[in-house]
Amino acid sequence: MTKALISVTGLDTTGIIARVATKLSDLNINILDITQTILDGYFTMMMVVDLDGAHMEFSAIDRELQSVRDELNMTIHMQRMDIFDAMHRI
Amino acid sequence: MIETGEILQTMHMIQEENFDIRTITLGINLLDCSHPDADICAQRVYDKICQVAKDLVKTGEMLEEELGIPIVNKRISVTPVSLIAQADPRPIAQALDRAAKEMGVNFLGGYSALMQKGATRSDERLLDSIPEVLATTERLCSSVNVGSTRTGLNMDAVKRMGEIILETAEKTKAQDGLGCAKLVVFCNAVEDNPFMAGAFCGVGEPECAINVGVSGPGVVKRALEQVKGQPFDIVAETIKRTAFKITRVGQLVAREASQRLGIPFGIVDLSLAPTPARGDSVAHILTEMGLESAGAPGTTAALALLNDAVKKGGVMASNHVGGLSGAFIPVSEDIGMIEAAGRGSLSLEKLEAMTCVCSVGLDMIAIPGDTSAATISGIIADEAAIGMVNQKTTAVRVIPAPGKKAGDMVEFGGLLGFAPVIQVNPFACDDFIARGGRIPAPLHSLRN
Repeated sequence: MTKALISVTGLDTTGIIARVATKLSDLNINILDITQTILDGYFTMMMVVDLDGAHMEFSAIDRELQSVRDELNMTIHMQRMDIFDAMHRI
Repeated sequence: MIETGEILQTMHMIQEENFDIRTITLGINLLDCSHPDADICAQRVYDKICQVAKDLVKTGEMLEEELGIPIVNKRISVTPVSLIAQADPRPIAQALDRAAKEMGVNFLGGYSALMQKGATRSDERLLDSIPEVLATTERLCSSVNVGSTRTGLNMDAVKRMGEIILETAEKTKAQDGLGCAKLVVFCNAVEDNPFMAGAFCGVGEPECAINVGVSGPGVVKRALEQVKGQPFDIVAETIKRTAFKITRVGQLVAREASQRLGIPFGIVDLSLAPTPARGDSVAHILTEMGLESAGAPGTTAALALLNDAVKKGGVMASNHVGGLSGAFIPVSEDIGMIEAAGRGSLSLEKLEAMTCVCSVGLDMIAIPGDTSAATISGIIADEAAIGMVNQKTTAVRVIPAPGKKAGDMVEFGGLLGFAPVIQVNPFACDDFIARGGRIPAPLHSLRN
């Protein structure tokens, strides 16, 4: 399983989770975990997803997320979970 | 499952504290490219590098994107050219520079000679060509090993390198002697170093290997900000923990790069490599420990603690550790060091003392342009003696800035940074350097 973290930050507005989740669903990317909070009016969400269902290159998936980025005017980063596992788990 | 706090910490380290992978360096053996005809040899060198390294930069960029961490440099190190050049080495130098540009790497190291005990004819030809080569190439780096703990110091080579450094500065005077920033004089040079300008692929290395250098002085400094006023036990422990995290990411990148390129993993270099950017300074770790400015009394002790803790934390995080491994203290590449040199708290002599306890040596130090070749050789001899006696790698990368005197500024640009010219001891050592010969290897017992 290729797990990735998608972080979404920016000004809070209606339908952020729905928009991101819909895009992931369209790409056949399964969401494994979500945490979300509002800090000083800033929406902060982290999703752990499984990229394997998409059968696409990492960079292609990232490009797909670009459209959501533009539409919502949010900062959306995707990076493989391996970097967090490496750093925080022995 | 990874917790949110841990995720945020990693993201913060990368985005706010300048944590990055400093370099993926691909070591390539060129011994099979040797040929009596210099042009044929050069062509073979070019072809082999372009074949082996063709996916290096692309792979590095893919890893950057996927892991979300900058991999600042993708570089190549090759077999010391004096070992493959049977004739004029200059065509090989040009071929290496062309190959570096073609592959999109910003530096290629290995225009080197290993002459700790003596010089071959090929070594001599290579040394003679260094000033011209560094003035006519852009990305090629050169290094010369003039001593080792086992062999002692080759003082003929030390003498010659003083002259070569001066000549290289003169040939690149329009750029403040920039050529010297690409030239390192080593004692106990290592074969798997991924860092420039001293990287080369030693003869004990495999056909090719991936070596990774990590960085993150900003991360260490920020971690120490959380333990202000605490005893050194806590300081050391904090640095170890941070170094472990940094190095684990280095190991991940090295493993992934190795798999994708189908090239064996060599080592992770446990390094703290600064850049001139604010928040990316080794000197500021020292000041965070309680010093007013780098160079103040206590600096050597602070650096010794830092260097040791980085290694202790890093060693458990990687399968294979090597290279230079330690905190770097290049003056022009570290904003804290630049400021310290500017305000007069950092002298050449203090820097020399600091090199006894860290990696690697007198690095990126601008000295007055009228410094004599013998004085530069004297500086090299002192630094090499430290390495020889203490069984560690030491190096000298000084830049005699043409037309500049102590206090003037020199500007090298980019990662190479800028620095004030540092005062050199005005007393002569000409007769000492003129002796030549070899300083015998030190005794390995009766160690007090």
